[in-house]
Amino acid sequence: MGGAPTDLKLIDERGLRLDGRRPDEMRPLKIEAGVLNKADGSAFVEWGMNKVMAAVYGPRECHPRHLQNTERALVQCHYNMASFSVEDRKRPGPDRRSHEISKILSEALTHVVFTEYFPRTSIDVYIEVLQANAGTRCAGLTAASVALADAGVPMRDLVASVAAGKVANTIVLDLGKEEDNFGQADIPVGYVPRTDEVVLLQMDGDLTREEFDKGLHMAVGACKKVYEVQRDALKRRYSARAEGQEEGA
Amino acid sequence: MGSNDSKEAAREIVVPGELLAISSKRAGPGTFSEGGKIYAAHLGIKSVRPDSISVVPLSGQYMPMRGDLVVGKIIGVGSSNWLVDINSPYPSPLHVNEVPWRVEFGETRKFMSVGDIVLLKIVGVDEIKRISVSMQDHGLRKLTGGMVVELSPSKVPRVIGKNGSMIQTMKTMTGCRIYVGQNGRIWIDGELDNMVLAVKAIKMIEDEAHNLGLTEKVKRFLEENQVKGA
Repeated sequence: MGGAPTDLKLIDERGLRLDGRRPDEMRPLKIEAGVLNKADGSAFVEWGMNKVMAAVYGPRECHPRHLQNTERALVQCHYNMASFSVEDRKRPGPDRRSHEISKILSEALTHVVFTEYFPRTSIDVYIEVLQANAGTRCAGLTAASVALADAGVPMRDLVASVAAGKVANTIVLDLGKEEDNFGQADIPVGYVPRTDEVVLLQMDGDLTREEFDKGLHMAVGACKKVYEVQRDALKRRYSARAEGQEEGA
Repeated sequence: MGSNDSKEAAREIVVPGELLAISSKRAGPGTFSEGGKIYAAHLGIKSVRPDSISVVPLSGQYMPMRGDLVVGKIIGVGSSNWLVDINSPYPSPLHVNEVPWRVEFGETRKFMSVGDIVLLKIVGVDEIKRISVSMQDHGLRKLTGGMVVELSPSKVPRVIGKNGSMIQTMKTMTGCRIYVGQNGRIWIDGELDNMVLAVKAIKMIEDEAHNLGLTEKVKRFLEENQVKGA
C-alpha cells in the first residue's frame, strides 16, 4: 500500500487513532444470527461501519457435477460487494479481488466443517458486503461461520477473524478505511480458538519479523473476543425467541 | 423468573466446538471427541444420558437413514424408474421393481408423473450416500389429494411426540389423516378447515420446538380453535 503522501495524522500525540481508538482496540461488533428466512442459515454482522450479510444453503446437490467429491462435501464461498457498498460505486460482478477472497474463505471454512459427513454435496456460503469500511473479509468470515452453525452444519469450531496492521509505525488492531488506505501493512487473521489454529493469514505491506509477531499476537487475542460475540449471537437466537413467546402468552 | 431459570438449566443450548464434558462417556450423535474431551459438533440442545452425551440439533438438512418413512415428490420420470426428491441433499431413484404395480418398460408415466407425492421407505444408504427407496411395504403408496407442509427435519420428533402422543392428539382433534415423513414433509388430508387448523398447529410446533410442555400447549390450542362438528 505504501500510501500516497498525505498530511493525514493516523495516530495523534496522545497515541489515539482517527476514530479515537487505542492501538489495540477493536471497532464495535454486533452479530445477529438467523436473519433470512429462505436460507438454511444466515447471519448479519455490523462491525464498525462494515455491514455484511452471510447466507448458507445446503449441504445440497453439488452443481456443476464435475466438482463433486465422492468422499466429502465442497464448501463454496461466494464473496460479493454490493455496488453501493463503497463510495464511488463498485462495478458489479466478480473480479480478481472477490475471486481471491472467495477462495481463501472457502479454504478457511473447509478446515472446520465436517465435510466427510456429506459426500458428493456442496455447502454454499454467500457473503454480501452491503457497506464496506476495511476488514470486510474478516467480517465476512466471522459472519459465514455463524451462518454455517445456524444452518446446523456440523463443525469442529467456529472461525473468528480480525485484522491487525501497521499504521504510522505502530502496530494496530482492526484497521479502519483510512488506516488501510494510507497505512503500511495489513494482516487479516482467521483463527480457530478451540484448537489454537490459524486458518487464514495474509499480509499486505512490509513488516519486520518482530512487528509481524506482535500483530499476529494482537489479532489472535482479539479473535477470542470475536468468538465470544459469535457464540452469544447463536445462543441468543433461540433463547430470545423463547422469552418473546412468554411475553406474548 | 424462577420457572424460566429451571427451563434454561434443563435445555442448555450449545454451539459447535463447545466443550460438553471431560469424561469417558460415549460421544453420542451431534458430538465428537478429541483428546478425551467431548465437544458439540453443531448448534443444538445438550442431552446427557448415564452412558453418553449427545446434542439434539435445532436445524439442519435431512440425512437419509435406512428404515425411515419419507414423503417424497416425483421430480423426474425415466423408462424404468422415477426420480424422487426426498428433501435431502441426495435425490433418490425409485425403480419399477420397488413399486406395488406391474409396470411395463417405458410405461412409467402411466402410473406416476412429475409432481406426484409418494410415501416411501428408505431401504438402503451406502457409504457415498446413494439412496435406494421402496414403495413395497405395508401402507406405502402414492398420496392423492390433501396437502404437504414442510418443516425443519430436526423438528420431526417433536411433531410425533413421545410414543406418538403429539401426532395422535392432532389426528383425533382435527379428524385429518396425517403422515409424517422423517424428512420433514407432512402430508395432511381432511376437511379444509381442519387441515388449516392442523397446519397452524404444526407451525406452532416448529416455532416452539425447543420449549417444554409443548404437547399440552398444542392440545389447548386445538381445543380452543376446534372446528364445530369435527
